[in-house]
Amino acid sequence: MTMAVVSELACVGALLALGALAVALARFAAASRLIYGLSFLVTSVACVVAVLALAAPASEIVLPLGLPWMGAHFRVDALTAFFLAVVNFGGAAASFYAIGYGAHEEEPARVLPFYPAFIAGMNLVVLAGDAFAFLLSWEFMSLTSWALVMSHHKDAENRRAGYVYLLMASFGTLCLLLAFGLLAGADGGYVFAQMHAHQLSATLAALVLGLALLGAGSKAGLFPLHVWLPMAHPAAPSHVSALMSGVMTKVAVYAFIRIVFDLVGFPDWWWSVVVLVLGGVTAVMGVLYALMQCDLKRLLAYSTVENIGIIFIGLGLALAFRANHMDGAAALALTGALLHVLNHAVFKSLLFFGAGAVLNATGLKDIEKLGGLIHRMRITSTAFLVGAVAISALPPFNGFVSEWLTFQAVLLSPQIPQWGLKLMVPTAGTMLALAAALAGACFVRGFGVSFLGRARSAAAAEAQEVDRFSLAAMTGLALLCLLLGILPAFAIDGLAPVVQGLVHAQMPRQLGVAWWTVVPIASSRSSYNGLLVFLFIAFSASMAVVFIHQLASRIVRRGPAWDCGTPSASTATQYTAGSFAQPIRRVFGSVVFRAREAVTMPAPGDGRPAVLNVSMTDLPWDVIYDPIRDAVNAATGWLNRLQFMTIRRYLTLVFMTLILLLLVLAIW
Amino acid sequence: MVNLAGYLVQAGEMALVLALAPAVTGLTRKLKARLLRKKGPPLLQPYLNLIRLMRKDAVLADNASWLFRTAPYAIFAATWVAAALVPTFATGLMFSWSADLIAIIALLGSARFFLALAGLDIGTSFGGIGSSREMMIASLAEPAMIMIVFTLALIAGSTQLSTIAEVMLGGAVNLRVSLALAAVALILVAIAENGRIPIDNPATHLELTMVHEAMVLEYSGRHLAMIEFASSLKLLLYISLIACVFVPWGLAPMGSDLTAYAIGAGSYILKLCAGAALLAVFETMIAKMRVFRVPNFLGAALMLGLLGTLLLFVSGAL
Repeated sequence: MTMAVVSELACVGALLALGALAVALARFAAASRLIYGLSFLVTSVACVVAVLALAAPASEIVLPLGLPWMGAHFRVDALTAFFLAVVNFGGAAASFYAIGYGAHEEEPARVLPFYPAFIAGMNLVVLAGDAFAFLLSWEFMSLTSWALVMSHHKDAENRRAGYVYLLMASFGTLCLLLAFGLLAGADGGYVFAQMHAHQLSATLAALVLGLALLGAGSKAGLFPLHVWLPMAHPAAPSHVSALMSGVMTKVAVYAFIRIVFDLVGFPDWWWSVVVLVLGGVTAVMGVLYALMQCDLKRLLAYSTVENIGIIFIGLGLALAFRANHMDGAAALALTGALLHVLNHAVFKSLLFFGAGAVLNATGLKDIEKLGGLIHRMRITSTAFLVGAVAISALPPFNGFVSEWLTFQAVLLSPQIPQWGLKLMVPTAGTMLALAAALAGACFVRGFGVSFLGRARSAAAAEAQEVDRFSLAAMTGLALLCLLLGILPAFAIDGLAPVVQGLVHAQMPRQLGVAWWTVVPIASSRSSYNGLLVFLFIAFSASMAVVFIHQLASRIVRRGPAWDCGTPSASTATQYTAGSFAQPIRRVFGSVVFRAREAVTMPAPGDGRPAVLNVSMTDLPWDVIYDPIRDAVNAATGWLNRLQFMTIRRYLTLVFMTLILLLLVLAIW
Repeated sequence: MVNLAGYLVQAGEMALVLALAPAVTGLTRKLKARLLRKKGPPLLQPYLNLIRLMRKDAVLADNASWLFRTAPYAIFAATWVAAALVPTFATGLMFSWSADLIAIIALLGSARFFLALAGLDIGTSFGGIGSSREMMIASLAEPAMIMIVFTLALIAGSTQLSTIAEVMLGGAVNLRVSLALAAVALILVAIAENGRIPIDNPATHLELTMVHEAMVLEYSGRHLAMIEFASSLKLLLYISLIACVFVPWGLAPMGSDLTAYAIGAGSYILKLCAGAALLAVFETMIAKMRVFRVPNFLGAALMLGLLGTLLLFVSGAL
């Protein structure tokens, strides 16, 4: 049974061939449609194959590539199949969107060849069955995405983003390399099956966890390793941003799950404390940063950081339960995390598509210059609204289901014996609730300021709805947000083999329950039915509409806005993104960002306007990255002196080194 | 037979909350006025207001979008569904399994999301200030509420409101520290969520301190009626929630006879009156807070909720 792995590899091959074809064709105008159209076909096939492989037994194939004594192992098991499905689903959606969106690219030759290669790279990471193939694919994925980030390289900010991304990506790969080295042990079994069989001491296993958190965490965007993410994701063209945020971060989550749940062996209980702390901090910090952004794509990128935090909270809970042999609860927490992986891929792609459509229609990313787009871009705004509601974890959409499952998992944890976890789990639950509530505020602000109100610039006032392909992609994803929200039982049952393979237990089968209700443990304990909730709301709303329109009044009159009798014609009197975030900045930001407001008031009679200055600090940069950069700069400056010495000094240096080495040898 | 009774109870519940919600608002206003030695509007004034508003033409601002027109119905529907899933006079509602307490809170969150968006739709500064402050308040009130749900769920072993009420009714739960903390936190959250003094003043207009009233400033006619109805329903929902968890006596269990349902309905109306009276007294006694004191108020609720949950994690008996 190697059908699945062979067909997936064939799809990867097709994508790589498409990349090569794009190099040749990039100068033709029709190339963009052709390449994206074919990418859509290939990724759709790969997605269907992956979904079919979810419940199938694992299949493996060894290709005569790579290291001569080992070959390249590729493997499809349930976990791989799930992530392949997510990667290729995201790839298919982005490709379809790009059939229309890609036509606006100024330099298609800088995007087209790398785009299919990037999707192929992500597929290969997930398919890899040995450390060598994994790391090679990982680097391939990083480099192709770096090339896409640099596609608009004339902007200095994008060049800086690319540089920071490259540094962080190399750091992450280095950590993963070391982690695999430890996992392989002295005998050097680099195939995943050998690593799985190899037992590690507790210290080494903990070291592997740390390295996996650094390596996979830097790619996924765990705080404080996230700094490259909000720079790099928005720099790429929007369909690539959607892929990077919605899908590539999930590949990193895959790497973490593969190492920590599969390869390293049985977890210690305190591992989950580390993961929960990191997940909780990432979730809350991510959304707080998102609330402060004025660039729509940066806002979405920070919100990705938040959602990665939510996924890691779920993974941390699963680790805690697994370490205590509570497999049923571990299955629940893991299902919540994996469902959120899928959900986030759907709505984050949708939101980035929406941001791309806005960028296309207005040329603006700054939400302070947008406004009123709901009148001119009706379909885009509706789809974006659905994405915003879904990502804010509000019923009846899909984001709520995965967070609800995670909350249910938190409620199962009082039986855990360890004190550290007894205190940490409810705290992580609070962080999750706080992040969800702040995400609501963040997306009211993001959607409200850019799509509602009055246009703040001429570009926004003259925006036109985008092309049909983009609209179809967004509408499809918006429908999927609703479907996954009202019929989550299908997705949960689909995840059962994945969860079974990782924690040797699964949630009870959901599709057998009446009305496809989600029942995590028992119906007396908790249950949720998105379908019924949706039908109830739709029914009551339409009843109210019919009742009032029939029996009371249905007349609408239009007039100027009331605004307490003093409406202002100036669009500058509207609430801006900055003013919307001000209360939250004062409540949370004064601690987290050390936000300070200073008002400069001119003297009476002075005609100058008063000025409000807000200063904020970016803590990870101030505390970690800037000092590192300064230290590296200082060290290189000092070492630079080695370059300009006289021959006598070089000879002395050589002689001293020789003596030193001999001394070391003699003493040792 | 049980099935039919279940559907009847559920339908009765939906109708009951709808019928009683304006009365609770009216009673609170009346009592408040009496406490201030004013005569106050008649008890049925909110009903008359609703009918009058519904019959008037809706005046929309020139640049109001479809969202502004549909939001009132969505807000009303979400709040109504949420209110109908809280046991009022009987437990074992037919559809209580379709949404547990977390989902009910989230439904109110959906309603708030659309209300805040509607506040931003016209592009006036008043709407913006209301939305912005509402979301700031919600960003603390929602997690506090989730912590209260955790406390209750850990005691009752369920997040289903019917089951929680049955456990509380069963007498197996004695006085607990965590329950007391949750009760205080729930009252704080209920005050904030309903925009009552000291968080917001439902009677004020044209004040920079207002939150809820600022968001709905541009609404008129039937749209305003829907929003006012929804906020009455929300007040009723929170009183019912507090009543069903902390004073569940009188609730008719599933499949009981008509007398039990009558007792349940009677005691429910008594509880509503008591809730409205307490709210009126509390609102009269206290002054409104500055908006940036609100985080302290809600932070206290959040900490109390978290403390209650932590106590239960430490020991199941606390």
